Amino acid sequence: MEILPQLIVSGLAAGSLYALMALGMILIFKTTDVVNFAHGDMAMISSFVALTLMRGYHQPYWLAVLAAIAMGFVLGALADLILRPARNAPILTLLIATLGISLMLSALGGHFFGYQTVSFPYALVGKPFVIAGVILTRHNALALGVAAALGLGLFALLKYTSVGTAMRAMAQNRLAAQLMGVNVRRVSTLSWGLGAALGAVAGVLIAPVVFLDLNTMITVLIKAFAAAVLGGFTSLLGAVVGGLLLGVLENLVGGYLSTQLQTTFVFLLIIVMLAIRPRGLLGAPVAGRRA
Amino acid sequence: MRARWPWVLLLVALLALGPQFLKSYQVYLLSLAAVYALAALGLNLLTGYAGQISLGHAGFLAIGGYSAALLQVKLAWPLWASLPAAGLLTALLGLVLVIPALRLSEIYLAIATLGFGVAVEQLLPQWAWTGGHQGFSIPRPELFGLALNSDLAFYYLILAVGLALVWIAANAVRAPLGRAFVAIRDNELAAQALGISLARTKSYAFLLSAFYTGIAGALYANLVGYLNVSTFNLGLSILLLSMIAVGGLASIPGSLLGAAFLGLLPQVLSGFSAWVPQFIYGAALLLVVIFMPYGIWGFLLQTVGRGRGLMRSARRLFPGPRAESGSTGGDDHA
Repeated sequence: MEILPQLIVSGLAAGSLYALMALGMILIFKTTDVVNFAHGDMAMISSFVALTLMRGYHQPYWLAVLAAIAMGFVLGALADLILRPARNAPILTLLIATLGISLMLSALGGHFFGYQTVSFPYALVGKPFVIAGVILTRHNALALGVAAALGLGLFALLKYTSVGTAMRAMAQNRLAAQLMGVNVRRVSTLSWGLGAALGAVAGVLIAPVVFLDLNTMITVLIKAFAAAVLGGFTSLLGAVVGGLLLGVLENLVGGYLSTQLQTTFVFLLIIVMLAIRPRGLLGAPVAGRRA
Repeated sequence: MRARWPWVLLLVALLALGPQFLKSYQVYLLSLAAVYALAALGLNLLTGYAGQISLGHAGFLAIGGYSAALLQVKLAWPLWASLPAAGLLTALLGLVLVIPALRLSEIYLAIATLGFGVAVEQLLPQWAWTGGHQGFSIPRPELFGLALNSDLAFYYLILAVGLALVWIAANAVRAPLGRAFVAIRDNELAAQALGISLARTKSYAFLLSAFYTGIAGALYANLVGYLNVSTFNLGLSILLLSMIAVGGLASIPGSLLGAAFLGLLPQVLSGFSAWVPQFIYGAALLLVVIFMPYGIWGFLLQTVGRGRGLMRSARRLFPGPRAESGSTGGDDHA
């Protein structure tokens, strides 16, 4: 049996979810200069909300997922409001502030949803697709599809709508955008909300695979963060490329080299790639940014 | 400068005499906070002064702790030899990170150092001597025939080592080397134009920082008496980073204050039910960094030291990573 194509396909499916998470982080970073370390906990709370609706209140899957997305949006928007007084603080300070939010969300999650690890339903169950000997589960196919659709949707939003134009303007120069009549506060809240909502979608799609507890999403966040940096951290396309690459690398290292030292090898490869391209695969070149 | 001496002496006297009146467990907690403070100081030399962010300092703590413990237990080295040896070994391994640091900065360096931390955490248990994932225990050592069994005795060892290292750091940051750190942090190009070698300065920054953190790790191993690799996870690296952000970047008193604050807060909060302490801890972190963007020490300088010239140095030292990119700087906030 050919193992290589199988590893690549499963890697792409996992990577598409890292990409989704990374997209949200980058959207937030580009418009507001905040590296959101609470992204994982926001996804965790959103996923638990969906699970509670399904298990506790017997709501259908689609409604639960919609609620999770709404929850993600609210959490993101709230974080933006909380961080507003510190807008001019150093980047590291803002990062630590999101860490505070992360701890608070984790505490609340433990209080309301408990500390045990729970299983989460798949969106689609049924016979997997088999294409040329490669197995693609329905859930993985959905993950790839959703990630592709949301990635393209986000691209279209940024490119063709006035809100998207405002977001891009803010990413370039907040003050200039404000002077051109952009409501920077509203756009920043919107970016946070959208970013965290993307994280919520990633959360409900990852939760069936890794199971759900207070900490699983943090592991996912670290990978998404690494993927985003690998892609260049300012480029949305970079996040997608970085996420997919990370998913595939992880599977290949696990399949051929070592499962015990999987993360070590993956990070080693990331560092080598960054050493060759210090601003990430699709990041802005070094020369332009230095004053 | 001279006016500071009475305050420093008062603080040292308090640290030396205060624990006499504390319970053994409280002395132990104070010792733990002091170890954190030393590690935070090491990180601050690198991140606050030299502008090189690290998300892998737990790896240095682990290397320091394990090398000191292995030298003592497996090779029967005495404390006076194993402690500096652990620091030097960690410093040498710290040079590994200089290679990516010469190419990468900011968030890209953060990922590279995060990878270093993960690698240490995964590689250490692979080696039979380290006891794998079970970890292993280390007896309290003796120094020149003097047993350091009690928490109080070991506290005095930590205090002595800590004071010496703080004194060295306080001098180092005012020496040409410390100025070079600040110069490469503020503008690499300008620093190079002044004849500062990036490679050499970054190497010294990593060496010095890893040495401090390695010593802290060695003291941690002997203080706690038990090493398990899972202690040295990403969470610990982030905790150290939080300590210097909360206390004050590029500030020695800030490192110590931040470590004391975040290191002792969980103990203060331990009376509450399960989820409350974590929530308050997170909220405290959030509130401190939002309302004191330059840390507790920066805030104290702002309120107490206005008009005494201290503010100016605070402004110069606290602009943070963003001042470098020249966008909306932190000056309006200072």
